[in-house]
Amino acid sequence: MSDALRSGGQGNPRDRILERIRAATGKDAKSATQDLEAVQSRLREHPRGPRPPFNWPELVAQFRAQASALQSTVEVVENLADVPAAIAHYLEDLQLDRRAVSWPEFRGLDWRAAGLQVEQRTVRDGDLVGITGAYAGIAETGTLMLLSGPQTPAAMSLLPDTHIAILRTSRIVEGMEEAWNLLRNEHGKPPRAVNFVSGPSRSGDIEMQIVLGVHGPYRVHIVLVTQDAGTPRELINTDWWRQPART
Amino acid sequence: MARMSGVRADAVAKVPNFEEIRTAGAAIRDRVLSNLDAYLFQFEQAAQARGVIVHWAETGTDVNRIVRDIAQQNGVKKIIKSKSMLGEESSLNHYLQEAGLDVRETDLGEYILQISGETPSHIIAPAIHKSKEDVGELFERVHQMPRKHTIPEMCREARMMLRPHFLSADMGISGANFLIAETGSVVIVTNEGNGRMTTTMPRIHVAITGIEKVIPTLEDLSVLLRLLTRSATGQATSNYISMLTGVRGPNDSDGPEQMHVVIVDNHRTELLASDMREALRCIRCGACMNHCPVYEVIGGHTYGWVYPGPIGSVLTPSYVGLEKAGELPNASTLCGACAVVCPVKIPLPDLMRKLREKSFERKLRPASERLSMRLWGYVAARPKLYALATKLGARMLQWMGGEDKLIHKLPGGLKEWTNGRDMPAPSGKTFRELYAEKKAVGK
Ligand code: SF4
Repeated sequence: MSDALRSGGQGNPRDRILERIRAATGKDAKSATQDLEAVQSRLREHPRGPRPPFNWPELVAQFRAQASALQSTVEVVENLADVPAAIAHYLEDLQLDRRAVSWPEFRGLDWRAAGLQVEQRTVRDGDLVGITGAYAGIAETGTLMLLSGPQTPAAMSLLPDTHIAILRTSRIVEGMEEAWNLLRNEHGKPPRAVNFVSGPSRSGDIEMQIVLGVHGPYRVHIVLVTQDAGTPRELINTDWWRQPART
Repeated sequence: MARMSGVRADAVAKVPNFEEIRTAGAAIRDRVLSNLDAYLFQFEQAAQARGVIVHWAETGTDVNRIVRDIAQQNGVKKIIKSKSMLGEESSLNHYLQEAGLDVRETDLGEYILQISGETPSHIIAPAIHKSKEDVGELFERVHQMPRKHTIPEMCREARMMLRPHFLSADMGISGANFLIAETGSVVIVTNEGNGRMTTTMPRIHVAITGIEKVIPTLEDLSVLLRLLTRSATGQATSNYISMLTGVRGPNDSDGPEQMHVVIVDNHRTELLASDMREALRCIRCGACMNHCPVYEVIGGHTYGWVYPGPIGSVLTPSYVGLEKAGELPNASTLCGACAVVCPVKIPLPDLMRKLREKSFERKLRPASERLSMRLWGYVAARPKLYALATKLGARMLQWMGGEDKLIHKLPGGLKEWTNGRDMPAPSGKTFRELYAEKKAVGK
């Protein structure tokens, strides 16, 4: 059938496409309705498929090993309060900028004492270091799972040259399937963007040589926090980013 | 492609039950294809509930028109694009540029091709036919910057050139690796981060996708991702897997205000109705071309259209017509490697055989080619002869390319493949390795 003929058909494009699909798959109105019900029940049940055997002895060790394999760097601290010093060290070692922007949940940390200047505001082009939390970590692949939201903007892990993520070890799960369960249980629906980040951005587009740092960060540093300290209530302020920058 | 096939083999070897996962992946895709109307309906409902505007395009022409209208209705001037195979199918860039829009490719490989005015030769590594020297020269000329000699320097320069466009574009166009019926989400898998940029920074995001891309649930996504990344680049996961569901919320500081999904038929329903439906399982990993001896020799451009390699030999005749691409099913030795590596178990050699039969019935195959293909098959079945022939073939292509590195005619049975189009000569690894060898033996 020529393109011109198709466009001149009956109904709207949507109905015509769906009609052609039904014809191609041998459905009439009745079987289409029954099949829709079967499909809907499958979506509700969302059964798990097979996956590689997860026989690693320890989740956190597995996460660390995999994250390192994908060129993230990982370090472990005990408390959230230890994070600024750890990050200061990291930046110093690499001779990176001591100024950063962060998600608002880290506003309460004593960055100054560690010699860092960390602002809670929207990220701009030219910001060199972005500090974020993470919704979960996936041990199978050493992957960070980030959810977008008013408190957790997606661009902060994307625009700066260096992305530092603070992840509580209590949030490390086995595989993506466990992360989906967390998401369904805690949020019901996915937010605008769920980003799985596995190491710095890379390309193999020139002669298949892998180069780190193409459009996203050049480096990803993960600070694991072993003692869980939840986010203080007063920091849940839905339009923090509209307010003047604070250090 | 030796390197790409090696990394896949390593990645697969690390998963003892890869075969079981492959079978599950094929079953997921088949389940969707046999209930495609219901899954698309569910996707549409879920996406609309999150504020996504869903468009349906019957043809490539419709895709172009829809995207242009979105742009014009919203006063868009600059568009950034991450890889979209559907955009390639309909020559979207060209169309949008004709309509006065500024369109920038952002995938490094695609960007290189756009500024050099070429088309992709591989779906995962589109600029694989270009050497580092080619890219250095191109960047020097186009960017008007001092010549760069290392690949990291070139990547840095491309980043620097493209960053301002990401930040100033009004609209981002992406493809979609998957649509999720359960949540109404678009999933994009990239390594460079351009997919994230394209879908995060501009105020409008348009995802263009084929009807077959829908999958049921998040769990199914996990199964298919494990197959996709290992088969494509040998990675256990890609750098960035982004799942995009709807528009930014009232208190969000980033994300697009409008999200459009264009669902495209463009001959897919014909394939669905045919005895070649399995081809629609494809998740575009590129493994079949990485393992194809014919692709290795002739390169991606010889396939003449958007999809190269074995899957291209199957899709192209189905999408553009057997009359126009009738020779493609013969671009195979039927060695079977593609079927062995395909993560969703598409029986590619069987499908090519079916197409051969169809074109034979319709007497579409030129006699000369029938003979040369039989010859090719004979040679390919004998490893030593084959190795010799492919080496000769690769050298010959390069020599024939001459100064402008464009091949206008191919010898013997390959001739018909290049009629009517110029084919950039392969100048990637294979040739350079051969060249080095030649020099090493003092020639
Ligand atoms: S046909 Fe199979 S191997 Fe080839 S690109 Fe598609 S999924 Fe990958």
